[in-house]
Amino acid sequence: MKSYLLRRLWQSLLVLFGVSVVVFLILHLTGDPAGLLLPPDATAEDIARFRTAMGFDDPVPVQYLRFLKGAVRGDFGESLRHGEPAMALVVERLPATFQLAGAGLLIALCLAIPAGIVSAVKRNTAVDYVSTVVALLGQAMPTFWLGIMLILVFSVRLNWLPSSGRGTLEHLILPAITLGLFTTARITRLTRSGMLEVLGQDYIRTARAKGVGESPVVWKHALKNASIPIVTIVGIELGTLLGGSVITETIFAWPGVGRLSVQAIFNRDYPVVQSAVFLLASTFVIVNFLVDVVYTYLDPRIRYR
Amino acid sequence: MAVSRPSTAAPDVTPLAPPRPWTEREWMTLLRRLVRRRTALFGMLVVVGVLLAAVFAPLVSPFDPLEQDIGQRLREPGWQDEQGRVHPLGTDHLGRDILARIIFGSRIALVVGLAAVVISGVLGMIIGLVAGYFGGRLDDLLMRLADIQLAFPFILLAIAVIGVLGPSLRNIIIVIGVSSWVVYARVVRGEVLSIREREYVHAAVALGSRHWRVLVTHVLPNTFTPWLVVATLDMARVIVIESALSFLGLGVQPPTPTWGGMLADGRVYLSTAWWLATFPGLAILVTVLGINLFGDGLRDTLDPRLKV
Repeated sequence: MKSYLLRRLWQSLLVLFGVSVVVFLILHLTGDPAGLLLPPDATAEDIARFRTAMGFDDPVPVQYLRFLKGAVRGDFGESLRHGEPAMALVVERLPATFQLAGAGLLIALCLAIPAGIVSAVKRNTAVDYVSTVVALLGQAMPTFWLGIMLILVFSVRLNWLPSSGRGTLEHLILPAITLGLFTTARITRLTRSGMLEVLGQDYIRTARAKGVGESPVVWKHALKNASIPIVTIVGIELGTLLGGSVITETIFAWPGVGRLSVQAIFNRDYPVVQSAVFLLASTFVIVNFLVDVVYTYLDPRIRYR
Repeated sequence: MAVSRPSTAAPDVTPLAPPRPWTEREWMTLLRRLVRRRTALFGMLVVVGVLLAAVFAPLVSPFDPLEQDIGQRLREPGWQDEQGRVHPLGTDHLGRDILARIIFGSRIALVVGLAAVVISGVLGMIIGLVAGYFGGRLDDLLMRLADIQLAFPFILLAIAVIGVLGPSLRNIIIVIGVSSWVVYARVVRGEVLSIREREYVHAAVALGSRHWRVLVTHVLPNTFTPWLVVATLDMARVIVIESALSFLGLGVQPPTPTWGGMLADGRVYLSTAWWLATFPGLAILVTVLGINLFGDGLRDTLDPRLKV
């Protein structure tokens, strides 16, 4: 088990290294980082002076090493717009994004797992059809449209919930539903198919045959075994939630990393963009490593691989 | 007198014929099976409908999507103008017909969808074939590359790159296409891992076929059906991403109608004119739902074991 986790740790570090390369390259896509970072009306002399000052004339590998040296200390340069360290700006917004993503995930898990289980147990009944149709719609619905429709109904028409900002619990409701729906739909379908598969296994028949009641069979014997793919997808869905926060935060003016990065892109504030991409990608890698650690406890077979 | 000629072994008859392409009858069988599943049929009708609307947009559209008429701005669905022309879905903030813009908007969605899926599909197919067939260190390297790709929240990476390169149809297609290969590569690689152990592959290698020949004629055709299923389902994802980019103002630029761009415009008028934001979103929803149902149907008919 130790060697398995060590190998996973090593792989995660490799992935983080790759992430840093991509984040570094964002600025070098056009081949002229100085032109990107300076305002469009900068003179040729300004650009030349800036290039030398920032070391953009050095060979790209040298520049990358310099970038990496800063990156491991969380130093991605200063925000061009706010004059503060870019990473500090992003970190400041991180709690808001985590709160939103956490609430979205919570909604998804609370709705999806019961819905998936009921769907599987009462297969081909009205309950199953309704939950399947809702899940299909949820997977097809674009986040930004759902958010706007929720605002239209609950803020504009009914005036029940605020449509923007962060503060009270009421501010969290609409953005969390918007962000969580796609994940809810995914986990519902996965739980349903996972449960159906497990419920057809021999050991379930054995449990029933020896007289175990229906509810312990479902909740203990079946759910435990169906939970492994669910744990995996939770790790993967975190990426969806962090990515989706870009759109959801923009719609609801939620002051998180996603909205900050969209604003930064329009302001051509690339150090902030790089910090945000790096931070969110690293979070995803770290969470997925932790998911693998949890995994080895859930499924002892993995320890012996 | 019969001259017995020395028998010449025809060089083009190989004992290991590559899997032949599907005959028309087999395609018809697939089609019939799909039609029998009601949800797949619904999906297929939607897909065909959207395709036709996009191809024949100038013929089916009741109005010019770019024609502005400030006197007719923000009219309700079903509004009839002085010449007696009806705007079934109303008009937007510049007096343009919303139905016409939705019909023309499908062109961008489908062009981006098809082009990006072809790029990522071919890329993923090549990477999956190579990783699965050769294995070893190359496989490790390619799969780590896939992990790196997956670590990025896709939308954030896409907007960062498009923000740098500038929004244009070409850049959107390239960015989505180049960064969506992972699903294809994983599915194809999984198939290749089992295919490369089959007798006909061993036989081909034993007969002296080069690796690339084995890959192209024996392995590739057998990975095609799972690939097709992934491509169909991925198309839906790409369409959502394209409209998300347009929504953020990083898509194809106005005045070209895009579903996401229309939604962004409509958001401003949410309290006075609900139809501006509602209908383009419905168009995305129905299209994506149709493609998903069609893709699910394809998967269940072609390859029920496939988990995508």
